[in-house]
Amino acid sequence: MAEDTISAVITALGEGAVGIIRISGTEALAIGEKLFKAAAGKKLGAYAPNTLVYGHVYDFDASLVDEVLAVYMAGPRSYTAEDVVEIQCHGGLQSLQKILTLTYQAGARPAEPGEFTKRAFLNGRIDLTQAEAVMDIIRSRSEASLKLAVRQQKGQLANALRGLRKELLDVIINLEAVIDYPEEDIEEITFGEVKKSINFVCEGMEKLLAHAHTGKILREGLRTAIVGRPNVGKSSLLNALLKEERAIVSEYAGTTRDVIEEQLLLDGVPLVLADTAGIRQTDDFVEQIGVEKSKELLQKAELVICVVDGSEPLTAEDEEILQAAESKPCVIIVNKSDKDVDANLVQLQKRFGQERVMALSAKTTAGLDAFTAWLKNYVYGSEGALSDGVYVQNARHEQLLREALASLEDAVAAAEAMLPYDCIVIDVRNAIDLLGEITGDAVQDEIINEIFSRFCIGK
Amino acid sequence: MGYITDSFDVVVVGAGHAGVEAALAAARLGGKTLLATLSLDNVALMPCNPSIGGSAKGQLVREIDALGGQMGINADKACIQMRLLNTGKGYAVHSLRAQEDKPFYTTLMKQVIENQPNLELKQLMVDKLLVENGQVVGIEAETGEIFEAKCVILATGTYLRGRIVYGQVNYECGPNGLRSATKLSSSLLEHGVELMRFKTGTPARVDARSLDYNKMEPQYGDEEVRNFSFISDITTRTQVPCWLSYTNADTHKIIRDNLHLSGMFNGMIEGVGPRYCPSIEAKLVRFADKERHQLFIEPEGTHTNEMYVQGMSSSLPAHIQLQFMRTIPGLENCKMMRAGYAIDYDCLNPLQLKPNLEHKAISGLFSAGQSNGTSGYEEAAAQGLMAGINAMNKINGREPFVLRRDEAYIGVLIDDLVTKGTNEPYRMMTSRAEYRLLLRQDNADLRLTEKGRALGLVDDYRYERFTEKRSALERTLQKLNKLSLSPNEETNAKLAAMGTAPLRSGTKLFELLRRKEVTYAKLQEAFDLPEISAPVAEQTEIFAKYEGYITKQRQEVERALKLENKKIPDDVDYHAIKELSSEAAEKLEKVRPTSIGQASRISGVSPADVNVLMIALEVKRRKEQE
Repeated sequence: MAEDTISAVITALGEGAVGIIRISGTEALAIGEKLFKAAAGKKLGAYAPNTLVYGHVYDFDASLVDEVLAVYMAGPRSYTAEDVVEIQCHGGLQSLQKILTLTYQAGARPAEPGEFTKRAFLNGRIDLTQAEAVMDIIRSRSEASLKLAVRQQKGQLANALRGLRKELLDVIINLEAVIDYPEEDIEEITFGEVKKSINFVCEGMEKLLAHAHTGKILREGLRTAIVGRPNVGKSSLLNALLKEERAIVSEYAGTTRDVIEEQLLLDGVPLVLADTAGIRQTDDFVEQIGVEKSKELLQKAELVICVVDGSEPLTAEDEEILQAAESKPCVIIVNKSDKDVDANLVQLQKRFGQERVMALSAKTTAGLDAFTAWLKNYVYGSEGALSDGVYVQNARHEQLLREALASLEDAVAAAEAMLPYDCIVIDVRNAIDLLGEITGDAVQDEIINEIFSRFCIGK
Repeated sequence: MGYITDSFDVVVVGAGHAGVEAALAAARLGGKTLLATLSLDNVALMPCNPSIGGSAKGQLVREIDALGGQMGINADKACIQMRLLNTGKGYAVHSLRAQEDKPFYTTLMKQVIENQPNLELKQLMVDKLLVENGQVVGIEAETGEIFEAKCVILATGTYLRGRIVYGQVNYECGPNGLRSATKLSSSLLEHGVELMRFKTGTPARVDARSLDYNKMEPQYGDEEVRNFSFISDITTRTQVPCWLSYTNADTHKIIRDNLHLSGMFNGMIEGVGPRYCPSIEAKLVRFADKERHQLFIEPEGTHTNEMYVQGMSSSLPAHIQLQFMRTIPGLENCKMMRAGYAIDYDCLNPLQLKPNLEHKAISGLFSAGQSNGTSGYEEAAAQGLMAGINAMNKINGREPFVLRRDEAYIGVLIDDLVTKGTNEPYRMMTSRAEYRLLLRQDNADLRLTEKGRALGLVDDYRYERFTEKRSALERTLQKLNKLSLSPNEETNAKLAAMGTAPLRSGTKLFELLRRKEVTYAKLQEAFDLPEISAPVAEQTEIFAKYEGYITKQRQEVERALKLENKKIPDDVDYHAIKELSSEAAEKLEKVRPTSIGQASRISGVSPADVNVLMIALEVKRRKEQE
């Protein structure tokens, strides 16, 4: 029986100038041809296999996405031994993400962790001696994927998903209990309540999709503010970060003339630093940001880097900024550690937690590595890297979420049409399964256990 | 010392609902069959509730019937009230439920058994299973008689070391004063069979003449007469009502004050009881806030005064049971004819079984029903039928007969048992079936009759009726898909008369039938269509109205089948695959799944484990090729 056609980004993401998306399976060519138009006007399939073809990827509304090279490899002469199309595009996050999404819309499903390699092996492309390595890849990528969902943002994604899933389970449990125990005195949920619950979950999912954290960071960067009273060393910290070998900087004009944002990729983590205008013109612009400006910047930031001077006691101004930062995701840098007076460190660590407060010297760059490591962990979880496996998972999570949302929309339509419970349940259960695929939770016994624990049922 | 009395193809131990279906199937498939029972007067006994069917169970009965089993036909004949449950909740969950005349049910089934060619019914206490070189060779009775057999089917119900408990009273016994099978358990253990201890219970029976019916709500059957069996033609039926009443604060106080006397809480009961069938004392403990619990008074038959008090299962001492029942409206002066009791019994861990219900280590040993850790007459009958079929398939060198999860509730039931096992008596529920919309009670014949025919269990009469219905359905669907209506005045007037919106463009009748308010009967009248039978009309409407959802489920099935069709050879050493998590290796070793699909359903086996397993199997295959 034919396998599904799958797609994923197969290059490591980040600094590379070129990124590659692989589509593999019986529909690979058809899907590739839906997105890709050769400059010469011919279809990709019209070229001999293994020919690198120059052309463009277009969105379904015919708008241009990127200038690319595409190649069709006919099975079994490809990595997976299936029909494969690979599209090489610009290595930027937006372009890769967009093209990948288009492959899904054209009928591919997100590749599971290690799935290309698995297919390559099952189809005889990889020899027996490498079998163990193949199993290791599958194992480690699957685990990394689940961990990512669970740990990302200290589990915020997983928690949010589980919260939504629980709301759906509540609907199902009530419907199933009423169905399986029709003569028990269980209060029946109404179509209105079903709709309300599902709509609530849909809104939550839409929000998650809009802010899908890592996905959004990958696309747009993490909005970051460096705050602190004047002369604590904000600008030297910024310069130290910018001087990091792996930092890539570009400048974007903001929507208003006086706001300039810096986008930089710090060891694989894209950051958008707000209001660093003129940093290279006037060395101390950032330094002049005082308490009021700091508080203003805080509001829009997704991550606050709060700098204090470790060589001096905390001032009332420090305190004011710290208090404002406390309600936001923040990290506190106790700067000037070279001066060897870290009286504030212990006190702040007690207050904000050990891992969120770190000593650093912007001058000697001591502690900078620890900070970048923290940042990576904060965004991607401890398994962290922007290796393709993990990146694939982000896109995969997002796609699963979209499919779940589509199922729920069907369920709402079914509830509106007052279709019987058995139909509504199908869509809702499908959504629950899809969410469970992200967080690794299986549903079957859970429903039955909950029915028995919530309702007094039985002869 | 035993002596050989006779030899059989199949010996069935136990003549409850599993045993009778197993024995009938084996005999009908041409096997020389012995059905051994502890009491000839209690064949197909209903020792608990006087009803058959209900949610998910009604579907099981229809499936048993479509495959040529007996339960549906028998239940239709002994029925004293029939209802279709869940009518407002969608066709997938419609379920028939019948109140039965219990003694009559037993009598009818015994007649069928006695008149079945190839089948011998005997009163016997079986003490030993006889096994040689990992192969069943027969059984030995307490009389010393040995019955040789190629296959033995255990259908021991709650009789294996059965022990009854109420209050401080406890004694070795099967249900209703029948003997407990005390020796067979140790024989099974000796042969390496793994046993579990489960518990179930039943409520008291009260005298119909001692009840005040003015204080209870009557529950009548449906006016429309329905049948389980696709070949039953019963069109009139005298129906008797059941009665609804509720417990109150006084009832609860008596129970709470005496909890320490309950077998459930005084340490007398060792077995694990079912959550869906809790005793009244368990309900009060677990749902302390609930102010009242409902109970149904159900007749046990038309020639007895015994009434079953559904909802009041208890292992409290008899006098306490009477005391609390008398606080209930309508039962103030009730006379208790039998006290409720709990019963502890041994059963097999079903994880030892293959999907054909045969023991993995003992060739020719099959097991079905409560002895596999299930609960319910219907679950038992379904397994019995499958065990009987599979014992004969084995003897005849045919492939095991296994139903998939997308084909039947029977498939879901057995797959759950042999894949996940169970830690409480397992009851079928529609929510256990992921393809519920495909597994409807109305299409059980379309799903399974051909299979029953191929096996040899569906006779010509049933098959002809079936093919007639199927062709009528095909004809009707064709016609509705061919006939188109134009949006003219005459058509729209007719549509308005049926209470549905006018047409704007040409529309097929089949499309029109998708509308909620349109039925075949209405179309037939308005557009002069041929008359068809009610079941065919119903099928047609379901096809039209549910098509979208049915297609969705079929696509899911297609996806799942890819894994289901990837078979796993018998000789895989799971512990040697070191990339599997240790939990997964452990579980896989225990279950020894037959397909990747089955492996993926084992709890503790993650998607990554499944992928690793697929690679490992490919490695194995290539190495063997070399």
